[in-house]
Order: sequence, then structure tokens, then C-alpha cells
Amino acid sequence: MKAALENIGRMMEGEMHLAEITCGFERGINVLLGPTGAGKTSLLRLLAGLDRPTTGKVLIDGKDVTHLGVKKRSVAMVYQQFVNYPSLTVFENIASPLRQGGTRLGKGEIEKRVKEAASLLHIDGLLARMPNELSGGQQQRTAIARAIVKGADLLLLDEPLVNLDYKLREELRVELRSLFARHDTIVVYATTEPSEALLLGGNCVVLDRGRALQSGRTLNVFHHPATTRVGELFSDPPMNLLEATVERGQVRLTPDLAFPLPVPMSGLAPGRYRIGVRPNHVTLETAGANGVAIDATVDLAEISGSETYLHLRHAQLGFIAQVRGVHPFELGRPVKVWLDRARIFAFDASDRLVGAPTNGVAQLEEVGR
Amino acid sequence: MARIDLSALSHSYVAGPQRREDYALNELTMTWQDGGAYALLGPSGCGKTTLLNIISGLVRPTTGKVLFNGQDVTLLHPQQRNIAQVFQFPVIYDTMTVADNLAFPLRNRGWGAAETRKRVEEIAEILELTGELNKRASGLSADAKQKISMGRGLVRPDVAAVLFDEPLTTIDQHLKWTLRRKLKQIHAQLKLSLIYVTHDQVEAMTFADQVVVMYGGEVVQVGSPQDLFEHPAHTFVGFFVGSPGMNLMPCRIENGSAVVGAEGGSVKIPLDPATAGRAAGANGKLTLGIRPEFVELAQPGAPNAVPSPIERVEDLGNYKIVSARLGDQLVMAKVSEDERVGSGTAHLRFPPQWTRLYLDDRALA
Repeated sequence: MKAALENIGRMMEGEMHLAEITCGFERGINVLLGPTGAGKTSLLRLLAGLDRPTTGKVLIDGKDVTHLGVKKRSVAMVYQQFVNYPSLTVFENIASPLRQGGTRLGKGEIEKRVKEAASLLHIDGLLARMPNELSGGQQQRTAIARAIVKGADLLLLDEPLVNLDYKLREELRVELRSLFARHDTIVVYATTEPSEALLLGGNCVVLDRGRALQSGRTLNVFHHPATTRVGELFSDPPMNLLEATVERGQVRLTPDLAFPLPVPMSGLAPGRYRIGVRPNHVTLETAGANGVAIDATVDLAEISGSETYLHLRHAQLGFIAQVRGVHPFELGRPVKVWLDRARIFAFDASDRLVGAPTNGVAQLEEVGR
Repeated sequence: MARIDLSALSHSYVAGPQRREDYALNELTMTWQDGGAYALLGPSGCGKTTLLNIISGLVRPTTGKVLFNGQDVTLLHPQQRNIAQVFQFPVIYDTMTVADNLAFPLRNRGWGAAETRKRVEEIAEILELTGELNKRASGLSADAKQKISMGRGLVRPDVAAVLFDEPLTTIDQHLKWTLRRKLKQIHAQLKLSLIYVTHDQVEAMTFADQVVVMYGGEVVQVGSPQDLFEHPAHTFVGFFVGSPGMNLMPCRIENGSAVVGAEGGSVKIPLDPATAGRAAGANGKLTLGIRPEFVELAQPGAPNAVPSPIERVEDLGNYKIVSARLGDQLVMAKVSEDERVGSGTAHLRFPPQWTRLYLDDRALA
């Protein structure tokens, strides 16, 4: 089974919401990664058959379903908001898709399927409750159970965990991944969070302002962002992008800060580049022979609970270091950091990736634009 | 500004509370130092809003007292307490200019025109609103409006404390850090006593010098962000702070080691002698805790390494999470992106200086 979008465009009230989108979704997990307003929801609604594109086609197994309504497609969708029928029990909520449409299932079969779905989401003890007696997490579990109960070919999830608090999000994310792994469906999962995309794995499409910037295996896209924008979107905190000049084998960031090109990039032509550095490749300890020392001042130390994000400044250069552990830093404090030059990315004047670290699992031929 | 003392404070929304479950806030006694930057961190329903409302005077506690600089204010109304509050959503007058919005709390208190203008300009400059002072608030973006709302909370230099209730909830992700930075700068410059309520660990730990962690109507730890990470005083702090949270495993003590897992499949984890000593005579539920960041992967046969079957490895780009089986427990280790971990057996090491023991969920110390 395969779903595909061919040259999709969608205009709404004179505004382009989606443009020139061509991509495919395989069985298993497909992540749609993009910021708020990127077009993730618009794209999911086209896949669901809730909306029609202005141009282009939606294909399921090669068959054109562009103008087929949602009721005629084998599709289920989970929304950001917890959508359940307030007057139905959890059991009846989950059973509702089985009672609709042409298929008439026996009472025993319905009960069996509802219990199966409920137990996968650990709500089998709550089947007699009403939605307003559930916590947010339990409500969303109910909505997800309802979405999987039918065994639809296409399971669409639109930032399903965004309204839960982060501990619950952490827990459900891991559960969902193993749940999807056991299901033989095409799962399309929209998120704004790089860490969620990486945890879910599978394939991914990076969306921004209605356009698909890059697609491929999730980890490969992460390791080989085709443009600076993908680098920014697929990194939290965003990838540091530093204006640089390459000349005589040196990368110059500021008049007093330059370092030799890493070996795999030694062939870079002289000129202007943007150098991408992931925040975790700027460290408080020297990174060995590849460490480039930078004297910086601390603009702010953001603390995530197990990591510290140092917002740093050196001359006109602003960048972020992601440091393990919790470390207090006063605003304005001077600090010496090391940038690992073996881990840098280089983007040329037309914003194309022209150099990436050689570690990792990425294969360059899989990189698309 | 004031030092705030809470003395034998408790609160129940039930009339005639009998049982512990009847209390939204269990009895607590604590001091908030004058000029401190505090965060009140906890999940929804932990009692943090109740505590905040008691400090501001919106809720009268069932028992106990609230003292501002030693003066009993328990029965005083919010207006009489001299407290400023900033809420989740901007509270401003849309039809007024930014300057008039900021000046409002001062004019209300009878400030003169000259000194009002001076203070408004000072606050506007700190919040980078100087260019906006003469604009109407209605035309501004959501984050600018929230900045005005914060400014209104901060403008009076004579308040006992400024209370922030999840003030950045509605702010765009990428703007949050600039506002967090602003708040830190404001605290450094104005030396006001600030209490910041949130369920978000980043907000709490970035903003505060001292974080007050609440769970189930109780304050379970008051400590610096570093303390919460390195020395969680309660298993809940270990779990709630950090992603993923602390590994927590029921254990028992045998010959100076922690034993995890049931008879037959149990595993020994060496402890430092002081920790083991404290646990020796303890009576209650023992839990071993170690953060995933501190679990080490060692070579086979390395001293004190515990062989553990690997259940899964998650490559999260910047780092990997290795989940391995330890007796009947699952342990997570957060390791470098370069760590080569396959399937098979991991040899886990638990550095004694990072391995904690909890008795009935409280750190043994």
C-alpha cells in the first residue's frame, strides 16, 4: 500500500496554502515535520478527503482518489484537540466507527475489537466512563483508540500530543511508536518537534510555508539537511547558522576567528558560505584536535531539566551551545567554548548543502531537495 | 518588597476536612526570601495555583498564616497586600497607549506626572517597548501585549512581590527565550521578589534561582535547578525533571549493594558505603534512582559493570537512548551520538556518586 501526492497546490481565499508538493507515504511511520503554519493540517485534510486540492492529484496505490470524499476512503484521523462524543461512554466512542457505514458487525465482534484497541492504549479499565470523567491524556487515548479500531489503510495524526503536558507526551510518544510498528497501515504523523520526529523514525517530509523542502528516511534528513531552513527546523534548539568566508583552506567567521576546513571539505571553493553547527557540537570542554576555541559571553542559560542551552555571543556572532547537565551561568559571564570543526555543515550562496560531517548513518544519494 | 513567610499553612476546598485527601495543600512552613527569583513547578492539580492564590490573597487558607516582613496578612485582601500579578493572557487596556497602560498602576496610587513618566520610560526600556510607547495596545502582536502585561506587573517598585502565572503559555516558541532572558535581566536590575508558577521545567529552571517543586498538595523540594537535576530530594522530582526522567527501581540492600529484581533474576549494584549505611537500618519502601545521563556503558568485564540485555536503542540524532533490562526492570542510559551500541548485552555501570537511594520516595541523606 502506498499513498502519494502529485504536484499538489491548494489556494484558499487567494492565499497559497500548499504549493508544488510531490511526495509519497509508505506503510509504517511517515512524519510531517514543520513549524506552525507550514501546511501540515492542510495536507492531512487532503489525504483524508476532507478538502480538495486546487491542482494536482492524491493517489492511493496508484488510483486517483482526489475527488473521493472522506466517507469513501479508508481513513482515520486524530486531532490536536481531544475530540470525543461527550454523551457516549468510552466504549461507545471507540465503537462508533464500527457502527457507521455499510459494514454490519456482530455485537461480539464489536466488543472484541473495542477491547483490543482499548487495551493497546491502556484504557480498558475506563470503558464505562464518560469523556468528561477522563484526564486529557485518557481523552486523547480514547480518540486514538477510535482511530485505530477500524483498521483503516490511512491513519492521520495532527500533532496529537501537543495539548498534553510534557511528561505524558514523553510516555505516549514511545507507546505510539510501538503501536504503529504493530499496525499494517500508512501512518502520517504531523509534528513541530524535531525530537518527536526522530523518536518516531520512519520516513519524513519537512514542510515549510506550504512547500515540501526535503523528504527521505528521518535520520538521513536529520544528518543531511538539504538547506539551511531544514537545518533550522530539524534541530531543537535550531542549528547555528554562521556567516563565513572560505579562503586558502580557512573558514573565517569574524576578523579574529578562523579555523582550517575539515578534511572532507578541503575541496570547497573560496567564497561566502553559511556554516551550520549543531548546538550540541559547541562544548565547554575541548573537542580534541578538532576543537576551535571561542571566547564568548553568556546572553542567557536556558535550562531544560537535564540540559543547559547557552545563548552565546562573540563579537557579532550569536550562537547556542547545548550542554549536558544543569549548570548555572550569570548573564554576561565570559566563557570559553569549543566548536567541533569536524561536525560542521556548509551551505553555499544558493543555500545548498555542500559539506556535511562524515559520521552518522547518512548516505548522500538519498538526499533530495 | 518583602520576605514572605508561610507558617503551618494548609488548605482544603472541602468544608470540615478530615482526611489527607480532603486537602489541596498539606501543611507547610516555608520562607520566600526578599528579592528572590522563585519558580513554583508542578503538574496540574499539584496545588501550585492554590498556594499562589493564598499568597496573593485570593484564597484564605484553612489553617496557618501568611506573613509579609513579619506582618500577618492572612486576612488581608489582594489590594491590601500590595502584590502585582501577571497572568497567562495579557491583561491590558486595548484602547490605551502602551505608555498609559504602563502608567496605570502608578497613577492609581497617586504618583505625580514626572515621576510616573520616568518610571514608565525605565520599564519600557528594559522591556524594549520604548518605540511602542505612543502606540495603541490594540494594534500590537500577542507577545508585545504580554510584554506590556508584564510591564504593568513590574512597574511599581514598592510591591511586596510580583506573581507570574504561566506568563509565556501563549508566546510563540522562538520568542520565548527572548522573554525568558528579559525576565532574568529584570530580576537582576529591579531586585523585585518574583514568584513564577509553571508546569514547564524549562521555564522554571531558566527563570529561578530556587525552584519549589510541588506534587500532590505538598512541597517535595526547594532547591537550585542544579540541585533538582543532581540531587532530587524526592522520586517525583527525579521523574518530573529531566527528559527522560530518572531511572527509579525498587530495591533492597544486601552487603552494601542494592539488589534490583526478584529472586532468581536479581542484579547487584554497588553503592558507596555511606549511602548503603544509611539504608541499612531503614524501614520502608526503598528505591534506587539514577539519571539516564549518569548511567555508563562499560567494556565487558570492567569492574562493577552489570551485564544487561539491550531491549532497544533509540537514535535521537544528538544522542542515543539505550534501554536495557536489569532483573525485571528497564534502565535507560543516555549516551553520545558516537557511541556504537548494537543489540546483545550492555555492560552498565552506576557511578556511586550519582546513584541515589530513596526511602518511601524521599532521598536518604
